[in-house]
Amino acid sequence: MVKPIYNALFSRNWQMLGTVFAAGFGFELVYNQGMDKVWDSMNRGRQWKDIRHKYVQEAEDE
Amino acid sequence: MLARSCLRSTRILNSARNGATSFAKRNASTSSSGAESPARLNMAAAASTAVAIGSVAWYYHLYGPTAQAMTPAEEGLHPTSYPWVHEQWFKTFDHQALRRGFQVYQEVCAACHSLSRVPYRSLVGTVLTVDEAKELAEQNEYDTEPNDEGEIEKRPGKLSDYIPAPYKNDEAARAANNGALPPDLSLIVKGRHGGCNYIFSLLTGYPEEPPAGAQVQAGLNFNPYFPGTGIAMARVLYDGLVEYEDETPASTSQMAKDVTEFLNWAAEPEMDDRKKMGMKVLAVTAVLTALSIWVKRYKWAPIKSRKTVYDPPKASKTTRL
Repeated sequence: MVKPIYNALFSRNWQMLGTVFAAGFGFELVYNQGMDKVWDSMNRGRQWKDIRHKYVQEAEDE
Repeated sequence: MLARSCLRSTRILNSARNGATSFAKRNASTSSSGAESPARLNMAAAASTAVAIGSVAWYYHLYGPTAQAMTPAEEGLHPTSYPWVHEQWFKTFDHQALRRGFQVYQEVCAACHSLSRVPYRSLVGTVLTVDEAKELAEQNEYDTEPNDEGEIEKRPGKLSDYIPAPYKNDEAARAANNGALPPDLSLIVKGRHGGCNYIFSLLTGYPEEPPAGAQVQAGLNFNPYFPGTGIAMARVLYDGLVEYEDETPASTSQMAKDVTEFLNWAAEPEMDDRKKMGMKVLAVTAVLTALSIWVKRYKWAPIKSRKTVYDPPKASKTTRL
């Protein structure tokens, strides 16, 4: 179980490097999206994007 | 300085008298002279203690007591601390309140106070839509670059322009306001002790009439929160002064609260992003801290829990214990 993973990802330096970079990139992507969701739910109704529709629609009506 | 030199001189005196370089003998029993009488040693100890206590007392007398440069009236009443939601760690500004606050600034404050560090572009996406901001910018005229003849013409404002000041310069502002300069409000929340609480207390803290015994100079108004209590700005916010577009009742405190939050945004436009990044950093750091504590305990567990047994060799004729 561990051996094939090791052979595929970590046995050579360039593989290790690639794994680390890819993992870092992927983690940041997922983490930022997740935390942005948490942030938006904690600040629901307070941010501009929550009230923007009121004013943009009015502008379209005119 | 005097006390220190006194101390040094007694030490030199003593050492000279004792014929030794060190004042306190480390081990009297092994000293070669052995001629020190306990009475002299006691006297020296008492004298140096007295000098030490005296110098500390003298130093405290000179520098210890805090000097109050200002009376409480000059200091101003300390503002009440209010539970501002936007000051919580993980809360953004309430942008609906910012929009109302900007309306209050425009309709009330902007008559005297500039907001010269805020460009129209920064209002887009926080307070106004692009179209609203453009329309607002175009209501003002700005100088152009010099044309081919070197003439500077006027052009309507763009999003990159800054909100114009009500007066041409500080002197004009002073002349129009009885010699008092209305401060620029861009950074006022950062620039005043108490921040939001102070601004809110100041705006809502005008009494109906100054309390008995308060000295108010001509042309000034009484406000206990203003350092010195005499403020050139009169009370400006009264119930129903502005008409909010979102139909929030425009009470004095509502307007003061909204405009304070808006001014806080003007001073810290980066706050929302900063707090969001702070939350991300804290979450990651908390995990990493927990991980490092766990790793440390994991690595140290065998070292801390092991038992080292010393098995002494048995006494024999050749081995001495």
